[in-house]
Amino acid sequence: MASTPGTTSGRVAAVPLAPPGLWTRLRSPESLTGLAFVAPFLIGFVVFSALPMLASLALSFTDFDPRRPAEIQFIGLDNYARMLRDPILLESLWVTVRFAVMVVPLTLAFALAVAMLVNSTLLAGRNVFRTLFYMPMQIPIVASTVVWIGVLNASNGWLNYGLEAIGIPGPNWLNSAVWVGPALALMGLWGIGNMMLIFLAGLQSVPTELYDAAKVDGAGPWARFRNVTVPMISPVLFYNLIIALIATFQYFTQAYVISNGRGDPDRATLFFNLNLYREAFTFFDMGYASALAWLLFVIVLGLTILLFRSAGSWVYEGGER
Amino acid sequence: MSAIPVRRARIGANDTRLQAQMRRFTAVSGMTLLAVAVVSIFLMPLVFMIATSFKDRSQLTAPGAPLYPAAPETFEWQGAEYPVYDVPGPDGVVRAWALVEPHREDSIFIDPADPEAGPITWEGRWRTLQQHWGFALNVENFTNAWETIDFPRLFVNTFAIAGLSTVAAVASAICVAYGFSRFRFPGRNGLFIVMLATIILPFQVTLIPTYAVFLAFGWVGTWWPLIIPHAFSNAYNVFLLRQYFLTIPRELDEAAMIDGAGPFRILRSVIVPQAIPAIVAVTLFHFFWAWNEYFLPLVYLQSEPDLQPLSVGLARFNALYSQEPTLIQAAAIMAMALPVVVFFLAQRAFMRGVVFGGVEK
Repeated sequence: MASTPGTTSGRVAAVPLAPPGLWTRLRSPESLTGLAFVAPFLIGFVVFSALPMLASLALSFTDFDPRRPAEIQFIGLDNYARMLRDPILLESLWVTVRFAVMVVPLTLAFALAVAMLVNSTLLAGRNVFRTLFYMPMQIPIVASTVVWIGVLNASNGWLNYGLEAIGIPGPNWLNSAVWVGPALALMGLWGIGNMMLIFLAGLQSVPTELYDAAKVDGAGPWARFRNVTVPMISPVLFYNLIIALIATFQYFTQAYVISNGRGDPDRATLFFNLNLYREAFTFFDMGYASALAWLLFVIVLGLTILLFRSAGSWVYEGGER
Repeated sequence: MSAIPVRRARIGANDTRLQAQMRRFTAVSGMTLLAVAVVSIFLMPLVFMIATSFKDRSQLTAPGAPLYPAAPETFEWQGAEYPVYDVPGPDGVVRAWALVEPHREDSIFIDPADPEAGPITWEGRWRTLQQHWGFALNVENFTNAWETIDFPRLFVNTFAIAGLSTVAAVASAICVAYGFSRFRFPGRNGLFIVMLATIILPFQVTLIPTYAVFLAFGWVGTWWPLIIPHAFSNAYNVFLLRQYFLTIPRELDEAAMIDGAGPFRILRSVIVPQAIPAIVAVTLFHFFWAWNEYFLPLVYLQSEPDLQPLSVGLARFNALYSQEPTLIQAAAIMAMALPVVVFFLAQRAFMRGVVFGGVEK
């Protein structure tokens, strides 16, 4: 985070020459006023982030059941040992990872393609198209899922009508353990709005001279995309990738709505988060659910760190920063 | 391509310019047509939703029914109603005729377009014919869905939850963003980074203890857990507002300070009026985020159908009435109407806010 320009100039004179101690600086009127204004964050951070985090870590070593809070018992690492031999957890992890591998590249590619389309100078009415591609983002997820359930219906949904029209027999999307993943991925395309706009901003910041120079060097459209566009927008690509991965591990609403929270068919939609919800709020096994939450946290944190480590080799950080 | 220089030499520069314009026109129309095609497929589910919501349930399973809302046509002739069928004539043209007198191997029809011509005998089995469908809107789905899911109550609940949480979230974010953008205090940058880091903190990690505390307070089954946490600001909102506040010249604050304004006064009379676009964006974002939220209302209001917002009510409706797709699609339209209309009215604020919040990081 860049330091805030212009905040120090003009005030330097008021600061004594010798650097004052932390306590003195903390008690200065300006500092006290600032702290008062950020107090909602400070209190909220402690009450709703830091303490609950520690508490859930503590709960993960217990068999806490909210219906019998008094009977809570310390059970050591039992919850973590249970994870290793919990076939349903492994299945939910596999469902989530398989889905991430499919949906993250698909949505990134589609969002980038749409962003390039609505960025093209050859497109008439670009703002209209941007609005229309963004719009499904604004539909409540439960409502859009319900719409897609209708579209994906095997016997009277329009997707299978369309496939039949071009001679492909459509699968029973939502009741097949094989096809429900691709069906959810297709649904996910409606959520490209933010990604598309962020890609668009990235594309607009690429200097046109680079394209002109590449053209002079005889680069075709693909070479220009591969060697100019992709490296220049790699920071936004990186940002979108991280957001998409985190979102996939939090995937819940669509899976809950299509299977009414059961993970049907055949546990093919029992995503990690849905499994956690069931452990916590269906079976009230909140000790185990806390352990699962920490597993999720470690996975997300690990992925983020891994991505940031890899960023140096493929993310182009412009010269000016 | 190679023809161009030759022509230029013969006819002159005007023609080349025309050709370039023609080429550009072709390219623009090609690209625009491509975009129209893609966006039509992309938004096809919405067309499906609207069409289905106006259909009668029987149309969904009827063979030969059109994709648009329709009903089998009937024709009144000499005081009686007769069903209309699509009858293939010997010349291969299909005509819509009313079946007056069905027989096994041949039947008597009447042409609704020309009833004066009298009964027509058609050779063939009428049972092999398909009914003729005419465009018809069935608005009962909307009234039925409205009453079945108790839409007014769900709407009021959603509005109250989203409204209260938005007031709390925006007011607290303005204060925190002001604190971070205008005052120096030890550890300010560190705290700001900690705040941003909470974005990647999965909410599941804090969910269970928070639930346990709200349960102990007796607040499970009330709106409080969906509102109170927002009064303590949220990293996205603070970030967006702080970035905007930093662009407001400090000379304005200082001028107000010289006039004797205190920090609150400066916030109210200088910063907030200057930052209206950012505040509008944050308000819209948060309101519709809260409007769409499903997980937490599900967790906290599962046993209180009377307090549930639209998202939870619609999902419950979907589970209960899965055999009534026409009602479900009508309910989906009602649930998305407000967010979508407001989005179209304020799309600039939305879309600018996304980019501002996203890329600047």
